[in-house]
Amino acid sequence: MTQVVERLQPWIATVEGRAQGAPRWLQDVRDKAAARFAALGFPTVRDEEWRFTNVAPIASTDFRPSAEAVVSAEQMAALPYGNLPLRIAMVNGRFSAGVSRLQNLPRGVRAGSLAAAFTEHADVVPRYYGQLADFHSRSFVALNTALAIDGAYLYIPDGTVLEHPIEILFVTAGDGSSAEMTQPRTLIVAGERSQARIVETYVTLREGTYFTNAVTEVFAGEHAVIDHYKVQQEGLEAFHIATMQVNAQRSANFSSHSFSLGGRLVRNDVNAALDGEGAEVTLNGMYLADGDRLIDNHTTIDHARAHCPSHEIYKGILGGRARAVFNGKIIVRQDAQKTDAKQTNRALLLSDSASINTKPQLEIFADDVKCTHGAAVGQLDEDAIFYLRARGLTYFEARDMLIHAFAGEIIDRVQIEPLRQALEAELYAQLANDLAEIDAA
Amino acid sequence: MLQIKNLQVKAEDKQILTGVDLHVKAGQVHAIMGPNGSGKSTLARVIAGHPEYVVTGGEVLYEGRDLLEMDPDERAREGVFMAFQYPVEIAGVNNAYFLKAAVNAKRKHLGQPELDAMEFMELIKEKSKLLEINQAMLQRAVNEGFSGGEKKRNEIFQMALLEPKLAVLDETDSGLDIDALKTVAAGVNTMRGPDRAIIVVTHYQRLLDYIVPDHVHVLSAGRIVKSGGKELALELEQKGYSWIETGAQPVGA
Repeated sequence: MTQVVERLQPWIATVEGRAQGAPRWLQDVRDKAAARFAALGFPTVRDEEWRFTNVAPIASTDFRPSAEAVVSAEQMAALPYGNLPLRIAMVNGRFSAGVSRLQNLPRGVRAGSLAAAFTEHADVVPRYYGQLADFHSRSFVALNTALAIDGAYLYIPDGTVLEHPIEILFVTAGDGSSAEMTQPRTLIVAGERSQARIVETYVTLREGTYFTNAVTEVFAGEHAVIDHYKVQQEGLEAFHIATMQVNAQRSANFSSHSFSLGGRLVRNDVNAALDGEGAEVTLNGMYLADGDRLIDNHTTIDHARAHCPSHEIYKGILGGRARAVFNGKIIVRQDAQKTDAKQTNRALLLSDSASINTKPQLEIFADDVKCTHGAAVGQLDEDAIFYLRARGLTYFEARDMLIHAFAGEIIDRVQIEPLRQALEAELYAQLANDLAEIDAA
Repeated sequence: MLQIKNLQVKAEDKQILTGVDLHVKAGQVHAIMGPNGSGKSTLARVIAGHPEYVVTGGEVLYEGRDLLEMDPDERAREGVFMAFQYPVEIAGVNNAYFLKAAVNAKRKHLGQPELDAMEFMELIKEKSKLLEINQAMLQRAVNEGFSGGEKKRNEIFQMALLEPKLAVLDETDSGLDIDALKTVAAGVNTMRGPDRAIIVVTHYQRLLDYIVPDHVHVLSAGRIVKSGGKELALELEQKGYSWIETGAQPVGA
């Protein structure tokens, strides 16, 4: 482990070298994060938080920071997502103005490069950057914070409504000849009473093994209404580790919809702090995996204040020898009376070799609260399959209809129609692939 | 239309049908009656192709073809329909969407153009009145939260939409009050015709007051022990099944 950290040191130094003129506070954050990563190293399965997800393949691969790359408008247009009218395009972790679409933003909205915002929006960025996501105890957050050279920045002033959804598109590009890693970083600051729909997408133009280590920080001011969608469709040999840290102020309404559709080893941490009375958080997620892939979703909802509802539904569809992990932590602090938290986690296993480890984790320190959780893991309902077949649908049509119904509970909540359609198309495409596999077997 | 010869069926290593013979012609309505556990529902489900049963002997010919060789969905597309005794609730699948998929699966099989949303709504409008199918039932998930009567009406509604050649109604009367029974029976009666055969599986004679059969068969211990006209049902109603089971009367009297 020390070796890994030593290996990364030169790059951490380079980052600092490159960041000549980076403000003092930022250098400070990076230094601290680098020191924390050096101390923490990569987690192992002995860490409770990583019991079922072994990141040794990441730790043992000699990943180099990804080089700068240029992506053409044609390449962008061919991507399965990213066709929304507003777009912050990031290529290998760096803002790419040429393929971004940031015209006609409402007054006062800032959208674009985080590196630029470090100096250009110096009265706001330092208050949040590195302050929400915990780099002190989370090694991947520390790694990102130490190495991220740029990122996406979205600032929505008080009372401003973004009428159109905005997409933050992280593209990995390269010839695929070497193992590269990227540290995508996002900071979203939504002012009081602001509203926005934000799509954070991770796609790739390269092949082979690479490593995406993303950190997103979201601050939702009082009464802000933020819908956040994350679409992860990395290459099938890719590692994707991501942390999103949300802070919801009084009466803010934040919802997260996480779609994990690609990647060989995927870990999503979504942590939401309900940090003001009446704040409301929804964390929904859907994941698909087949082959030997692993998808791990860890969520934490921290009820720090009273009168906060939270809702959570995660659903997974697993085929082949795929594995999944779901860990849903709900903390209800002593002052958080009248908390109403509901968590559901369901997984559909399409093969006998697929598996999931699922664990609800409630830590309740207040007495007047309502917390419910439920987990269900199962195979397709044979009675339902027969019923549909008895009405003329083939086995595969019946199966698709049931899987679709299962996923629909999550997909149908997507409030951006082109995105909803793209997700449906991807679901069908993956099911069709899976069928081809079965037919070949 | 349907010829069943010496059909023997097992489920979970238990012999349920021990040798059923039944011949159903187009245009006829047959009632299969019998006490609980006699194998009535098994017979219906074997015709539909339920996977939990193993045929250990005999044969079933449908329009001269080996029915047992066909997958359940192929049977359906070829015109075999079973109204379920316990219609399955399918969360997340919109009833109208399901019905359209079923109708189009059959049309595709028959080489007919699939119905688009508009054409399908026209068809629904035409067929839904008789069975008192309302908009809410179409927009809910398949059978989910339906009352017993609604589920059975939804089954016969599917039969009306799919226009099968051979329909098997598996205890369609169970759990229905008299008004719902009349509605369901009226729906079935409009489907009677020279090209269609209907098999009504029931424990009670009550349904047969409204769907009057041409032939009545009594199933006991896995085989048909008595056959007759519609008056046999009335006789059973008066005397009960023990009359048959004790064999007090010779078979075929």
